[in-house]
Amino acid sequence: MALFRRILSLSRRASMEREIDAELREHMAMCIDDNMARGMSREEAERDARRRFGSPAAIRERVTAEDAALGLESLLNDVRGALRVFLRSPGFSLAVVGTLALGIGANTAIFEILNAVRLRTLPITKPGELVELRIADGNPTGIGVKNSVFTDFTMPMWQEVREHHDPLSGIFAWATGAANVGPPGQTRVANGLAVTGEFFNVLGVTPVQGRLIEPQDEGGCQVPGVVVSYPFWKSQMGGEPITPGSTIIANGQPLRVLGVTSPSFFGMVVGDRFDVAYPACTPPNVQADEFVVTVMGRLKPGWTLKQATEYFDALSPGLFQKTEPMGYSAEALKTWKAFRLAAYPAGAGVSYLRDQYNSSLEILLAITGLVLLIACANLANLMLARASGKRRELAVRIALGASRGRLLRQILLESALLAACGAMLGAALAQPLSRDLVNSLNTSQNTIQLMIAPDWRVLLFAAAAGIATCVIFAALPALRSTGEDPLTSLKSGERGVVGNREQFSLQRAMLITQIAVSMVLLVGALLFVRSYRNLLTVNPGIRENNITIGNFVFPSGNVKMDNLAQLVDSVRAIPGVENAAATTRIPLSGQDWSHVVEVGSVDGSSKFTYVSPTFFATMGIPLLGGRNFTEYDTDGKPLVLIVNQAFVRKYVHGSSPLGVQVRVRPEPMYPARTCQIVAVIPDTKYADLRADPPPQAFVPVAQLPVTAQNQGMAIFIASRDPIAAQSAVRRMLEANYPGLDMQFSDFQQGILDHLVGDRMMARLAGFFGVLAALLVIVGLHGVLSYFLAQRRGEIGIRMALGATRGRIVAATLGNSCLMLGIGLVAGTALALLAGRGASTLLFGLKPWDPLTLVGAAALLALVTVVASVVPSLRAANVNPIDSLRAE
Amino acid sequence: MAKNDLQGALDLLILKTLSQLGSMHGYGIVMHIRRVTDEVLIVEEGSLYPALHRMEQSGWVRASWAVTEYGRKAKWYALTRAGRDQLASREKNWAQVVKGVDAVLRFA
Repeated sequence: MALFRRILSLSRRASMEREIDAELREHMAMCIDDNMARGMSREEAERDARRRFGSPAAIRERVTAEDAALGLESLLNDVRGALRVFLRSPGFSLAVVGTLALGIGANTAIFEILNAVRLRTLPITKPGELVELRIADGNPTGIGVKNSVFTDFTMPMWQEVREHHDPLSGIFAWATGAANVGPPGQTRVANGLAVTGEFFNVLGVTPVQGRLIEPQDEGGCQVPGVVVSYPFWKSQMGGEPITPGSTIIANGQPLRVLGVTSPSFFGMVVGDRFDVAYPACTPPNVQADEFVVTVMGRLKPGWTLKQATEYFDALSPGLFQKTEPMGYSAEALKTWKAFRLAAYPAGAGVSYLRDQYNSSLEILLAITGLVLLIACANLANLMLARASGKRRELAVRIALGASRGRLLRQILLESALLAACGAMLGAALAQPLSRDLVNSLNTSQNTIQLMIAPDWRVLLFAAAAGIATCVIFAALPALRSTGEDPLTSLKSGERGVVGNREQFSLQRAMLITQIAVSMVLLVGALLFVRSYRNLLTVNPGIRENNITIGNFVFPSGNVKMDNLAQLVDSVRAIPGVENAAATTRIPLSGQDWSHVVEVGSVDGSSKFTYVSPTFFATMGIPLLGGRNFTEYDTDGKPLVLIVNQAFVRKYVHGSSPLGVQVRVRPEPMYPARTCQIVAVIPDTKYADLRADPPPQAFVPVAQLPVTAQNQGMAIFIASRDPIAAQSAVRRMLEANYPGLDMQFSDFQQGILDHLVGDRMMARLAGFFGVLAALLVIVGLHGVLSYFLAQRRGEIGIRMALGATRGRIVAATLGNSCLMLGIGLVAGTALALLAGRGASTLLFGLKPWDPLTLVGAAALLALVTVVASVVPSLRAANVNPIDSLRAE
Repeated sequence: MAKNDLQGALDLLILKTLSQLGSMHGYGIVMHIRRVTDEVLIVEEGSLYPALHRMEQSGWVRASWAVTEYGRKAKWYALTRAGRDQLASREKNWAQVVKGVDAVLRFA
């Protein structure tokens, strides 16, 4: 504190001097007052005071001299000195600051995303109290239907827990949804948020306009009104004041707008932003096996998470007994009744990004950290080289009595200033970097809405990175260069063999570390790039290109089961359309639908898709025997199945699969039925490209159970020119099926959308791998050039004594190869260790993939040789006479 | 014997004066010491102000501008917590010095 005050007072030297002058003047005046009070005349009083006081200027000098005694002046001088050094070598300073800014910026950018996705709490009151209730250990056998990964409660379960929640002061349920907002013909899909009445109250969210949803708004499914988000209000409603007459049109209906939430509230899903919130409704025909809401609440003071979990654990048997769904087998119900509720912290909300990109971001943070480490090692070598250039100067100063602490302070101050500049620039640079990174994860269907803003965690991170780099690149060289015995430095001077082996061994150790770390980075780069390439080139077994998907809600107005085939036929009849088919599920989109089957004595699960007969031809899937579905495979006819080879391998043993009976176990809306296998198809990828094809069964769409005909449906359109085909289909639909709202998308683009995470990893890991290799070249080249320049005299002597150029080059290269060898061994070990963390992100290769390891090692060897050959050739080119005479 | 005992004596006088008067300006400190010691000790302005400045920079005293009872503007000094701690340790140190010097003088 005292030091801070002193530094502060230095900056206001002039005003301080004025203050001292004023003080002394007043002192004199008081002295004169006293003298006159004792009866002196004015002149006499003034003369006496001046005589006693002496010169005010001299006194002021003595006062300000105190500062120098306190060591303030020298600090200021050091700062001035450091700035002078920077100005004298601006290239050096810029290089250091630039390297640090890029390194720290990249690290901070990744951390900032990690912070936004995982660490930052929701903008609500006391987020630490918010807990989420979930089924402990999840629902591994997949009973029922989960609407989203976040919904763990069925409506009956929610109604039970709403009545019994002793550990929670308030409880609410919510779910995300979609609403078509806008006048007919100009609708856009808005992010919906269905909430129970207590939602906003418990969270402590306040309105900026009107009011928010309250308990009295809950009731039937007739929506009384909606609450809109602040950005939606600003952009879609022009920010007009909310009056009782304010409405928006949603799903074709005008709806009253009750109010607007505060600007910071974006909903419960980090990475998404809600547009419209409306009261959740419980339909009369509620499905007891549909997990449709997320349940959260506020812990009462005095309750811990553990106590809350114990409470809900004890509540669970009764709750699951009471809410069991109908129509399931006895085993499934046994699993159901064994479910246990538990409380989890929810202050940071929920997030798809968290699950999807957590390990990617952690790996990226590690990668950027390692790159920064390599860069710091380079800078440290640079500082060492500079410091040894100043050895004589330092030695002279120590010999003249400068203390080691004083010199250390000066050198460290220089580095600290550079590091501080680097950290500040880096923190600024992190903002656009992290925004770009988040944008690179946007897909054609989904835009990530993530608030990227530096908060205290981010700034702390940047500061810590700055301090860490400063310690690495500055402290070591500074300690090393001031720790020398001045006598040796002065004696050795420039002449002869450079004796300080210790210093070179430090530089060598740093080079080996650099090689080892860049081995890790190169292995990572090759792994991620090759994994992404594998994903792009893997053959899913189905046609991907030039397929347009037309999504629609089925049954829709004038399209029902009896004219679905007709719709497909009229699409197929359009000129330019090669083929078309209807399906209930889009492959490789993450959609998943399975039933439990029994074949003979074997039972298990299989994926099910309901398709029209043209599906296999449209998707380019050949039949490996048997017959295709026909238009006669309808509801009244014998039920048929086409299965894949994985299905046959798992369930049909020995005999031919054709004609085998498959029993499908009952589920709500899907009655028990027995189907006959009529054909087999090869294994095709199912929900995503990574997983091996699971057992799959296809059923004619016309044989969908009558109770299960409320489905999402898609028409797959294969054509040579998708854009022309799409507009032709659109025209045909407008003419023949008015009111059918079909959303088009490209199948291949949809598949690529699922690979944005892999693309990001491949790009960034590849980029940083190359950067690491470049940094190693620069570092190695610099250090070797410096070594060899120092040894010019020695090399000259050696050559004068008969050493050939070849021997000189060989000796230098041998040295480099030794470092390379040690670095590669250490790097490979580290890469193998680090690879375990990356294994889940890789596709089609293992982290210990030998080809990758060999490739990275070869690349690094090449880099090392390239970086060493040039300086060693230059060293061997010296003329011995010149170099000896130069001394 | 501690270093800078002569300078230490001046610091001690100032600190003690401020602790007795609560808050005072430079001229008042000089006058107080003069009066109390019957003009035996006269602190010179050339030593007083550098000492006050040093103490202020070290955080022992706090200064503020205020008007004296005779209508003059002056910089008033008061002890801080750190200043009181300093005073305590210096008083103890001074007692040691006096005892030591006394012992030398009385040696026969």
